[in-house]
Amino acid sequence: MGAVNAIDQERSVSCGDVILDVENLVKHFPIRRGLGQPLQRGPEPAVKAVDGVSFNIKKGELFGVVGESGCGKTTMGRTILRLLEPTSGRVTFEDIDITSLHSEELKRLRRRMQIIFQDPYESMNPRLDVSRIIAEPLRIQGIVGNAEGARPYIEKALEDVEMTPPEEYLYRYPHELSGGQRQRIAVARALVLDPEFIVADEPVSMLDVSIRGEILNLMLNLSRERGVTFLYITHDLATARHVCDRIAVMYLGKMVEKGPTDSLVKHPLHPYTKALIGAVFVPDPKRKGFGEILKGEVPSPVDPPSGCRLHPRCPIAKSICKEVEPELVEAEANHMVACHFAVG
Amino acid sequence: MALLEVRDLKMYYKTLRGYVKAVDSVSFDIEKGKALGIAGESGCGKTSMAVTILRLLPSNGKIHGGSVKLDGVDIVKLDDEEFRKSIRWKKISMVFQGAMNALNPVHRVGDQIVEAILAHEDVSHAEAVKRAEDLLDMVGINPKRFREYPHEFSGGMKQRVVIAMALACNPDLIIADEPTTALDVMVQSQVLKAMEDLRKRLDLSMMLITHDLSVIAQTCDDIAIMYAGKIVEYGNVIDIYDHPMHPYGMGLVNSFPNIKAERTRVRSLPGFPPNLLAPPEGCRFHPRCPLADDICMEEEPKLIEIGSNSHKVACHKVDMLERGVDIWAQ
Repeated sequence: MGAVNAIDQERSVSCGDVILDVENLVKHFPIRRGLGQPLQRGPEPAVKAVDGVSFNIKKGELFGVVGESGCGKTTMGRTILRLLEPTSGRVTFEDIDITSLHSEELKRLRRRMQIIFQDPYESMNPRLDVSRIIAEPLRIQGIVGNAEGARPYIEKALEDVEMTPPEEYLYRYPHELSGGQRQRIAVARALVLDPEFIVADEPVSMLDVSIRGEILNLMLNLSRERGVTFLYITHDLATARHVCDRIAVMYLGKMVEKGPTDSLVKHPLHPYTKALIGAVFVPDPKRKGFGEILKGEVPSPVDPPSGCRLHPRCPIAKSICKEVEPELVEAEANHMVACHFAVG
Repeated sequence: MALLEVRDLKMYYKTLRGYVKAVDSVSFDIEKGKALGIAGESGCGKTSMAVTILRLLPSNGKIHGGSVKLDGVDIVKLDDEEFRKSIRWKKISMVFQGAMNALNPVHRVGDQIVEAILAHEDVSHAEAVKRAEDLLDMVGINPKRFREYPHEFSGGMKQRVVIAMALACNPDLIIADEPTTALDVMVQSQVLKAMEDLRKRLDLSMMLITHDLSVIAQTCDDIAIMYAGKIVEYGNVIDIYDHPMHPYGMGLVNSFPNIKAERTRVRSLPGFPPNLLAPPEGCRFHPRCPLADDICMEEEPKLIEIGSNSHKVACHKVDMLERGVDIWAQ
């Protein structure tokens, strides 16, 4: 327990080399057109879920991606693991170009990259008990031949997520567990293959706030003590701020700002990030009142606004914002922002 | 006299395995124009309490005692027809959880509000339409969209429509059950702001049910923290957020990430709430409480007033907490 630096000093494995490099990743979902429409001119309509995103994550880092629903954060997470095929762009995992792998090679690589899904109530087969849920990745990867061989792996995974003694949980079914325990099982399932990289897609949004800390601290410990790298996808800037080393903010398929957590939260540069921080409620009744919030709602990703995508809602937009799309540039040390008029 | 006075309200669900005591001797007041937040983990009886007050119980849920006085009249004793005619929606209305699904997808948005008005008030159709348009305008939706269908509205707008519907008959009290839980932060902020403005303007009382303590901090005057069907801590929001006195209240308040405070590890409350079919003996929180000893396992603590400002706590160990010990330090 302590201030800012305590969390950063807990690190026993230092963030070293880049483990994941994403270059100009694009994922469009084409929309089926009606009978007459192919005759119309113009480009094929598509939902531009992820529209040119570049970033990298270092080994052992907890990298947060924050945005509202529909900004493309989940699609991005899935495209990185190639659970969805990218439209274009490159994802490199430790010198391996994931985007060009064949399915066999990809399956082998999946041993090292795992995902934790949002809903612990739906991401598990209700007819399998805990031991079989956790053994499934082992079986699929052909690591163990039978249930007996899997046992030590399963017990270790349960111990890793602090569900001890493991025997007590092995033969329980998902409905016999609380939401927090279920999400621990989901983490154990991701950990059983001893992966280096985990995409955690809103792992706590379905849980009561009182138990979110368990899962978040578990992620923090895994990153600090074992050097597991996390991509933490969330809409909740408050939790991201507590666990992440760096945070990126997405809006309509684009990254608008990214930087070290403290720098980004304390000195946000992009108007969208500022509004997002302003909209987060504080559990402190003495700070009543609502912050500056943006008007309107997120436009459709099928036909995003020209230039800077925030311009119709932005309080400081000028004519240039309508025409020229701002590049993501370094404004402060390691702190990038995509805005024509970014000020601290 | 408070607008709403709830005393010793008990509501149990009858199941094959016995009674589920979802609301067990709950007492609180809501003053005119004030907002009370009801907080607690899922399954602690928050929503059950709301539907008990509005008497929207499923067939296996029954009130087993206690009173709910609205302006001094005990509305538990009214018969169903009278309650429907004179109380529900006219005096007390509700904004339901998951408002996205509370609207009928095959009816026009405006007509659904008109329907609510006509069901409770003796006005002509034209008058009801006029009022529905005013209501839409009041919650910040262009009345021109009266004839659109719910799928043409975004999540935040649907939520506003549901709020407009709750305001349709000028109630005195609105019960809002997790009104913004499914919405994005930015939209949540917009909706709550609209609700707050309306509440101030119309001098409405509100009971806000949510697990999100930061929402209560921003919008409510008082807070009641529920655990396993009981209120364990009750009082002014500032008192409780600054000096929570119940181990559960303390754990809950501390487990909230605060973006404006220093960055620390996120805390959590170990364990999970009990099964309400067979709640623990004595203090229901004792299996999770770091301070629990023999008395906590045997005797149920009463909700008693401590200090000033009518801050109430149900805990045997309250004197230990008054010294400001951080009992949840890990």
